[in-house]
Amino acid sequence: MHNFDFVRPSTLAEATAAMQAEGAQALGGGQTLMPVMKQRLAAPDTLVSLAGIAEMIGVCEKDGALVIGGATTHAQVASDAASMYPALAALAGMIGDPAVRSRGTVGGSLANNDPAACYPAGALGSGATITTNTREISSDNFSTGMFDTALEEGEIITSVAFPIPEKASYQKFEQPASRFALVGVYVAKFADGVRVAVTGASEGGVFRWSAAEAALSGNFSAEAIEGLSPEASGMITDLHGSGAYRAHLIGILTKRAVAAAH
Amino acid sequence: MADGGIGAATKRREDVRFLTGRGQYTDDYTPAGTTYAVFARSQVAHGTIKSIDTSAAEAMPGVLAVLTGEDFVEVGGNPAGWLINNRNGTPMKEPKRPVLAHGKVRHVGDAFAAVIAETAEQAMDAAEAIDADIEEHDAVIDMKAAVADAGTRVHDELTDNVCFDWGWIEDNRQATDEAIKAAPHVTTLELVNNRLVPNALEPRCSIGEYNPGTGDYKLTTTSQNPHLTRLLISAFVLGIPENKLTVHAPDVGGGFGSKIYHYGEEALVLAAAKKLGRPVKWTASRSEAFLTDAHGRDHVTKIELATETDGTFIAFRTETYANVGAYLSNFSTATPTFLHGTLMAGNYTVPNVYVNVKAVFTNTAPVDAYRGAGRPEATYSLERVIDKCARELGMDPIAIRRKNFVKPDQYPFTSAAGLEYDSGNYDALVDGLEGLADIKGFEARRAESESRGMLRGLGINTYIEACGIAPSNLVGVLGSRVGLYDAATVRVNATGNISVMVGAHSHGQGHETAFPQVVADLLGVDPESVEIVHGDTSKIPFGMGTYGSRSLAVCGSAVYRATEKIIKKATLIAAHMMESDAEQVDFEDGVFSVRGTNKTVGFGDVALKAYIPHDFPLEEIEPGLEETAFYDPANFTYPSGAYACEVEVDPDTGKVTICSMVAVDDFGTVVNPMIVTGQVQGGLAQGIGQALLENAVYDENGQLNSGSLMDYAMPRADDLPNLVVDHSHMTRCTHNPLGVKGCGEAGAIGSPPTVVNAVIDALSRAGHDVAHIDMPVSPARVWEAMNK
Amino acid sequence: MPNITMTINGRDMSAEVENRTLLSSALRETLNLTGTHVGCDTSQCGACVVHVNGKPVKSCTMFAVEAAGATVDTIEGQAHSDGSLTVLQQAFQDHHGLQCGFCTPGMIMSAAALLKENPTPSEAEIRDYLEGNICRCTGYQGIVNAILAASGQTAAIAAE
Repeated sequence: MHNFDFVRPSTLAEATAAMQAEGAQALGGGQTLMPVMKQRLAAPDTLVSLAGIAEMIGVCEKDGALVIGGATTHAQVASDAASMYPALAALAGMIGDPAVRSRGTVGGSLANNDPAACYPAGALGSGATITTNTREISSDNFSTGMFDTALEEGEIITSVAFPIPEKASYQKFEQPASRFALVGVYVAKFADGVRVAVTGASEGGVFRWSAAEAALSGNFSAEAIEGLSPEASGMITDLHGSGAYRAHLIGILTKRAVAAAH
Repeated sequence: MADGGIGAATKRREDVRFLTGRGQYTDDYTPAGTTYAVFARSQVAHGTIKSIDTSAAEAMPGVLAVLTGEDFVEVGGNPAGWLINNRNGTPMKEPKRPVLAHGKVRHVGDAFAAVIAETAEQAMDAAEAIDADIEEHDAVIDMKAAVADAGTRVHDELTDNVCFDWGWIEDNRQATDEAIKAAPHVTTLELVNNRLVPNALEPRCSIGEYNPGTGDYKLTTTSQNPHLTRLLISAFVLGIPENKLTVHAPDVGGGFGSKIYHYGEEALVLAAAKKLGRPVKWTASRSEAFLTDAHGRDHVTKIELATETDGTFIAFRTETYANVGAYLSNFSTATPTFLHGTLMAGNYTVPNVYVNVKAVFTNTAPVDAYRGAGRPEATYSLERVIDKCARELGMDPIAIRRKNFVKPDQYPFTSAAGLEYDSGNYDALVDGLEGLADIKGFEARRAESESRGMLRGLGINTYIEACGIAPSNLVGVLGSRVGLYDAATVRVNATGNISVMVGAHSHGQGHETAFPQVVADLLGVDPESVEIVHGDTSKIPFGMGTYGSRSLAVCGSAVYRATEKIIKKATLIAAHMMESDAEQVDFEDGVFSVRGTNKTVGFGDVALKAYIPHDFPLEEIEPGLEETAFYDPANFTYPSGAYACEVEVDPDTGKVTICSMVAVDDFGTVVNPMIVTGQVQGGLAQGIGQALLENAVYDENGQLNSGSLMDYAMPRADDLPNLVVDHSHMTRCTHNPLGVKGCGEAGAIGSPPTVVNAVIDALSRAGHDVAHIDMPVSPARVWEAMNK
Repeated sequence: MPNITMTINGRDMSAEVENRTLLSSALRETLNLTGTHVGCDTSQCGACVVHVNGKPVKSCTMFAVEAAGATVDTIEGQAHSDGSLTVLQQAFQDHHGLQCGFCTPGMIMSAAALLKENPTPSEAEIRDYLEGNICRCTGYQGIVNAILAASGQTAAIAAE
């Protein structure tokens, strides 16, 4: 890969300053960025490591939400959030493999917004609020397409607040090679309604399946969405499955998530 | 027999270095002054090289040299090792395979230039700066289209894209056609044997060194057969005399066929080392491995099985398109022909077999032998069509196979595809399978699965393969340009320990443990006193290497013969020591004794005497105790097996889960049952990978869509069940001294049809009219088949 | 070039690296600890797994500069100081948990991490934990059996 300058700030303020440099790129756990850099498909001039910023690491419950520091690893979320928000902790424990979970972070995953990543479904399904060094962004407005987000240049995800629902479940059908989601469905039941977020399936990245949300908000049971699946148009077709297959899986996985929600 | 001899499940001595990080793989070796090579590779599948401007690259920091195809025009091509003739008797087409592409690039990843620099990163930077003007052409990808239309040709100088059109056995063609025409029942199946990427976990790596003071070259490389690599470089490519070239393959991280072949990168690092006077190292990335290692399989086949109404087989007829890729890799022409067509009678007494194979050039990576090599393709075609036939006739899949098996009293049996099977007992294997797999209990398990909403199926399969390749005289008749013997030297040192130099190469097979078991068994010595030397052409006599499940059957037999020679000579020395006639001397459990007396002398004392020959009758006995044997077998060996697999299909998603996999094999004598079990389990995993997960897919432009581990699904621990293996039902090979048949490929040959048969069974039992699903049987494909 | 210090297998070691140098490259090329292997470039195969501050990581997907000041454990530091094998390493030999040996260092490091987190994992937990370690040789059976044995669960081992 191309060489770069490397800075490792210990405060958010230092990181914000470092990100002003031309060609600066934030480095979370690097689990997606580094393979891309090895292929020379990304060549940042400066990498700003977020791993040394204590204020961006940790898991806590605040005002009915699970708040995760942007530089918190998947492994830490899987263990530390298990009692606070089990479905989200379970999602974190399904990402990659143990060694990937030791390094990968929630902020990195959301900022990268891989259309098959798990966290985007967890965030959108929970109605999370993404806090950056400059502002707060609702998860409803965060994803703007495959590998594309509302983040501006130099913006760093400092924490994410996931409102804790009454019950929730993430159902992931793995793509057999990458172990990313071929389709992943996150269902969360709140007092005021149900959110259903889908990853892996759409050419537009993570999305909410509003028809299912409407059906489930009145009757939170698998029967409420029996036979329901979204339109296949706009779904990804690749080696591992057609758009029609993915659309079918969304229906199946949503039913399973409803049944498994706790 | 000594403790730890033939039959002992001895733990592997090589494990200690691997478990402690002390293995020495090629990339672990970095001689002083090493420079690094990086290749500029084509990003298009098919194009004409209009110009290559290397000036910017040459000016970059650390760059020592930039080489292009122009630098190798005077150098020979990397040859095909096997000449195949067309049905009309004319020879196959053999386009030159250059060290670096010249004139045209023919697949994505085809190297057209190489940069050598002080560091790998500098070389990579410079390779990016090479300005190549390549005019892109349409890519030749689909085999049938490539045959039908000769307008776009992979090799302009050839008349079309057909490498050869081969018939086996051509004289049987008419009889087979007539038999099928007259048959009361014919089952037809069209299938694809999916293209695979071997993906040995260690990527290829080569280091060239040159000593200007002596003119000696050394190539350290990831090879399954260093002597063959040396031969190809010496005789065909660079012309370096064999006695000036050492090829060393140290610890090698798996091969599965992909490291049999000589690759252009090996020649390049040698040529560059001479040019620069410094070592030159190249290490493939996994991405490069995907694009440039020889791939496997990739057949498109139509097979017909004609039967009597009672299921008696009358004829098999197949028409296969076999992809050879852009260039002929060393064994690419043997794989779809003599390692495939000759097996198309399977385990059966079928009287008529005819096989037609059209090998096709395409703008894809070369395709060659991958674990099983031709035999998995044959087995898959046969055993899938037999399963379909049984279903059509309403017969039990075991019963239809048993009805047609070659029976134990028929050996030696000459099959309708021309091979002479020496031994076997297929009914005994099926008997063993029925017990071990608890076939009787299937219905109860199916009902239990059903209660959970899952569709359960049982797949049965039997196979035969031709291994231990092979007799030089036979393969010579069939077109091989090399002999396929092997060699070993047994050196008994003065202090009684033993070094054995073998031509086979161990890259996971455990030779360092198993070969000493053979020597120790014969000599009655402690196996720990026997050390194996392999992989270095400067240390071992010769060898054709490791592939085709041949190491023990061929090289092990050479070890056996050399050890017999040791015993013969040691007997002379012992007789001399005991003042007796050699004819009166017996040798047992490491002790020589004179018959009818109490005179004895131990093997160790004889070894010492051999090197202190103060009183030797030198006219009769030479000093020293070292013997070499070259062993050339009389026939292939014929391992066989019976496999069962149970699967659950999730009707909602199409996902297939393997519940059980049972393999009952006949490998003849088993030297180390622990190692044999491991070999079968590894083969099963690769076969299950082919059946359910793995697929190398090129798009219409020749881009490899599954070009990384992100899209090419390798079997992981959680994809596989416990793998149950039994190799106790053995019949000895009749023509090698150990009675061994070879076990390395069996699992990969036997398992793919077993798995697919099980999936089809599950769907059929659930009422789905699905006759076939091509591999990999992915969830999407199963779902589509259920919902078509 | 940055000079970094790490505590590797209990010893402080310094290395001069570029910012872009991967931890795996620093271990293999700069520090000559070639037991850590590199089998892919997409963070899938796991041959490069080492422990950083006690956690399993893929050393090909971490920059060496990120490990500055860290404790790093590699395959070379696993055996006892007298050279004898650990219970886990010995179990791999006893149960034929390796063939070509190339994945083995990463496999041992992942298995050691598993047993630290979960001293008596079930077969399913073992298979799940090894999701990020590819072995092309063994079919994983010997590996799973070895880990069961190393955790004292010999009764759970499938017939060998």
